[in-house]
Amino acid sequence: MVDREEKYIGSISGKLAAYILLAFGALVSLMPLYWLVMTSLRPAGAEFTYPPEWIPSSFHPENYPVAWRRAPFWLFTFNSVLVTFLATLGTLLTASMAAYAFARVPFYGRNVWFGLTLSTMMLPWAVTLIPRFLLFKYMQLFDSLWPLFLPFWFGGGGFYIFLIRQFIMTLPVEMEEAAVVDGASRVRIFFMITMPLTKPAIAAVGVFSFIHHWNDFISPLIYTNREETRTLALGLRYFGDEQFTEFRLIMAVATLMLVPVLVVFFAANKYFVSGVALSGLAGR
Amino acid sequence: MADALPLGATSPVQTKRPRWSRKVKADNIAGYLFLAPWIIGFLAFIVGPMLASGYLSLTKYSGFGDAKWVGFQNYDKIFQDDLFYTSLYNTTYFAFLGVPAQLLVALLLAVLLNMKVRYVNVFRTVYYIPTVTPAVANVFLWVWIFNFDFGLINSLLRLVGVSPVNWLWDPQIVKPALILMSLWSVGQQMVIFLAALQGVSEELLEAASIDGASNFRRFIRITVPLISPVIFLNLIIGIINLFQTFTVAFIATKGGPINSSLFYVLYIYRKGFESFSMGYASGLAWILFMIILVITAIQFYFAQNWVYYESGEAPS
Repeated sequence: MVDREEKYIGSISGKLAAYILLAFGALVSLMPLYWLVMTSLRPAGAEFTYPPEWIPSSFHPENYPVAWRRAPFWLFTFNSVLVTFLATLGTLLTASMAAYAFARVPFYGRNVWFGLTLSTMMLPWAVTLIPRFLLFKYMQLFDSLWPLFLPFWFGGGGFYIFLIRQFIMTLPVEMEEAAVVDGASRVRIFFMITMPLTKPAIAAVGVFSFIHHWNDFISPLIYTNREETRTLALGLRYFGDEQFTEFRLIMAVATLMLVPVLVVFFAANKYFVSGVALSGLAGR
Repeated sequence: MADALPLGATSPVQTKRPRWSRKVKADNIAGYLFLAPWIIGFLAFIVGPMLASGYLSLTKYSGFGDAKWVGFQNYDKIFQDDLFYTSLYNTTYFAFLGVPAQLLVALLLAVLLNMKVRYVNVFRTVYYIPTVTPAVANVFLWVWIFNFDFGLINSLLRLVGVSPVNWLWDPQIVKPALILMSLWSVGQQMVIFLAALQGVSEELLEAASIDGASNFRRFIRITVPLISPVIFLNLIIGIINLFQTFTVAFIATKGGPINSSLFYVLYIYRKGFESFSMGYASGLAWILFMIILVITAIQFYFAQNWVYYESGEAPS
């Protein structure tokens, strides 16, 4: 299927076949999103015309402000931004600290701790769901935004630690060693030398974390209750429950929720793909 | 590691006790300081909750007041609970059919994206977009796409003259329909496969071509064995993930119709957060943990037979 003899596939028919296949895949990938945006632009009640229109006869961008005013979406957006920002910040700092320790500092029991870190990646979240809920309730943090970001200030997750550690392992140690000779402390070396060099991996983790927290549905569902503490993902669900027939409005808010994700994804696409690729090394 | 070990080690030269050189001591302090946040989090958010969950499963607890010790009563009840078996069946069906389907599609897409043509990077980006779509938006979108009268898929079926399907409201079809939906966002597995495909040695493939092997044969005999560690990784993660399917059933089908999409974690949620039987739900959670542990262990056991490691290392 893949011709490795040359840089690009040589024959015209081969090229044509390749592009037809690729285009078909792209069509399938984008068709549901086309449906999403088109539905969001239909006139009121026109979701339910039969047969459905592939191209709306008229466009109604006013659906967007109408949908936005149905619930306190500005508040939900603020909550989502706050949680996403704080959780990602905590993840980046503490995951790279742990990753640095695993990659560079020889300490007693390192392999055991690293094994434990990897094993947490296989732990089903459903098992700790109820005690975590009770823990936050006991700490009187239930129905606040704290449970949504606080846990990520404690290592951020095995996957992220692993990813950054793998990256640090590929960096040359000479600069750090020179700094040690110059009498720099570990903390200084970590912040001044290792962290800056680890930028690509940190960027990848940042994007992963951003998208995860922006999209996360289950944690806010479990840990929050009031309207004031709702995030966008959860707000969309309640919105949907109440007005399940007005698909054009649901699709409008869903589109708006998708926009920041796509912006970040396109902006950091390079890091994203290399990040997942790095995680693929887990199996090697 | 070696220089950090000499805690109880004795060397012939050594006469006095102080064996930890200043550097080793400093390294140990630094290592544990850097690791401290993770260790605290590990204890507070993983080990603690795991133990608490085990304890709670032996109690009757509503989330308010005191937990009442009941021994193995919850487990006795669970094993006589029809919905437990229903949800376990649904989940197993979903995972065992869904994961192979997802891996197949992801691998196929990765092979497409590994073709050596211009602008293939653009396609790589496009193919990944569905995966970054927020789960909630995704679910609403697909409820709409699956709509019997006005949905995208039935519209397409009518175009080609096939009678429409009642995707989400037919107990026989809802699980395959949800698997179909999940195939739309397999970008994560796809990119991992793609990275592995790019690591396949070109010399080997060329040698096989010279020996007259067809493209398909080369793929099966050379590429697949070489990327088998990554297939294994995706398999393990896929099973763990699909065994915890929740959001789609919670929002879209609400476990229906007639409990045919009542997945295990949805059942845990209902018991714990809707019926406030936290002890019972913890028991369910521990059973799920055991099931996933056993399935993962079985996969690691059989991995010896089909997963190929170039360096001869065991899976890490």
